[in-house]
Amino acid sequence: MICQGELTETSFELIAQARSVATQTGGRVVAGLVGSDITALAAELGGADRIVVVDDPAFENFSPDGHAAVFGSLIGDSSVVLVPYTSMGMDVASAISATSGMPLVSFCTAISVDGGLGATCQLYAGKIEADVTVDGDRAIFAVLTGSASADGGRSGGAAEVEQVDNPLEMTLRSTCLGIAEPEGGDVDITSEEVLVVVGRGIESEDNIAEAQELADLLGGAVAGSRPIIDQGWLAKDRQVGKSGLTVKPKLYLTLGVSGAPEHIEGMKDAETIISVNTDPQAPIFGVAHYGWVGDIFDLLPELVDKLEAD
Amino acid sequence: MDSVVLLRPVPDPVEELELNDDGSDLDRDYLGYVLNEFDDHALEEALLLKEATGGTLTVLGLGSADEMEQILYTALAKGADEAIKLGDELEHLSISSQAEIFVSALEGRSFDLVLTGVQAADELNGQLAVRVAAKLGIPHVSVVVGASADNGSVKVTKEFWGGITADYQIQTPAVLGIQAARQAPRYVAVSLIRQAQQGGDLSETDVDPPPDTSGVRVISVRVPEAGEGAEMIEGDEEAAATKIVEIIRSAGVK
Repeated sequence: MICQGELTETSFELIAQARSVATQTGGRVVAGLVGSDITALAAELGGADRIVVVDDPAFENFSPDGHAAVFGSLIGDSSVVLVPYTSMGMDVASAISATSGMPLVSFCTAISVDGGLGATCQLYAGKIEADVTVDGDRAIFAVLTGSASADGGRSGGAAEVEQVDNPLEMTLRSTCLGIAEPEGGDVDITSEEVLVVVGRGIESEDNIAEAQELADLLGGAVAGSRPIIDQGWLAKDRQVGKSGLTVKPKLYLTLGVSGAPEHIEGMKDAETIISVNTDPQAPIFGVAHYGWVGDIFDLLPELVDKLEAD
Repeated sequence: MDSVVLLRPVPDPVEELELNDDGSDLDRDYLGYVLNEFDDHALEEALLLKEATGGTLTVLGLGSADEMEQILYTALAKGADEAIKLGDELEHLSISSQAEIFVSALEGRSFDLVLTGVQAADELNGQLAVRVAAKLGIPHVSVVVGASADNGSVKVTKEFWGGITADYQIQTPAVLGIQAARQAPRYVAVSLIRQAQQGGDLSETDVDPPPDTSGVRVISVRVPEAGEGAEMIEGDEEAAATKIVEIIRSAGVK
């Protein structure tokens, strides 16, 4: 997938996953590259064996039905189709599954080929892991970002490149009117050394003041996970995660953040991660360096007192 | 602008999830269900559209959880014109089957937009919005964070990542997978929900569960090992605060 003229990291992660499947099954890795004025990007896809390029002005911007139809036409009789579980991939994967009849598995972190085609999936925002199998010998897998190393998909030599004319005869039913970058706010969370990050467990907008007090004492800023931003409790530029920003602060202190995969994607490289949650099963504890299971509203006053006295 | 919103209950995301004895599924006997949060945003966006353009707003609820009726009465109290509960005793449906049931309920209805949540935490085989659109043969946009209607056409904002968005003009009828409404889902007074319940404006449609065509089967589920990366701090909040201050200082934060 392409965003603003560049291949996304996820593209390389998918190639790495596809290579692993191909090695086990004796297959080939074919990459589909769709866009406008993008043929040169094929040179970066040496991790694939073959690249099918549809370079057409009609695909200058992502088109939900157009990209779904063209990728659908490119898959041919491939047995394993990998699509990123991203904003674009969501419009593509289910549409291809519906038109081709191929089973689709979402939230995948790993593909398995031993004893039939299957996958490992993260359900319930990462709280449950499931092993699934598909009927038949062909399937589409919507793969979560960060499931494989992008570097693994960057390696490789020069792939065979095939140019294909725009195969679509349909008129696109959605027209892109323009792309907008987020407006910068008062705080740039990507450059803060300390982030106090609130999740659903903060319970109400009013309680964010307590997190702000802690952030002020530490010389940092308050950020939030997606539910907090969707509720309108914090501005969009304070969101950490897949649909927000990626941060690498010195200290990342989470309060009531469960740690959905899309959140972890945006913060896993923080230097020191301390997490507080009432649920001992919260996936955030899998990525945090230090964790405490308990009520954030019991902890916050203690923490503020100690920091003020320190 | 006539809209239909598709609503599904999901296990409460703040609850601890337990597995059944053979590890093939969640232990659903004691699970609490709530409206899928993205569906709640879809309802809010539909209410905003109705307020701006007029038209009708219908909600369709699918799921046998006890909470379904409450969810539908809440939607009526918020301003939906009609609420329909689809079937009973329908459990563990794949998204393909859900799409099939919703499409049957939509057939014969006139609408400009169908709105539903962009995803649900248990949506193992794809996006409901896209599958419904494909079955109806109409366009779709996923990850929508706002919609507006203008002279018979609809403009939607789709979010990519890092806050990057794109605006699309889309032909109607269409299906939108809503990530977030333009404003947080509104609260509604309990008295209004009770009034909706007493009004009894909920209709039910019988549905035969369709054969599962998803082709995806769960073999086993497990709880990923918690805390495998984290050194867990023991003790009460005072002990935890002392330890956390130590960690903060040793991380080089003043």
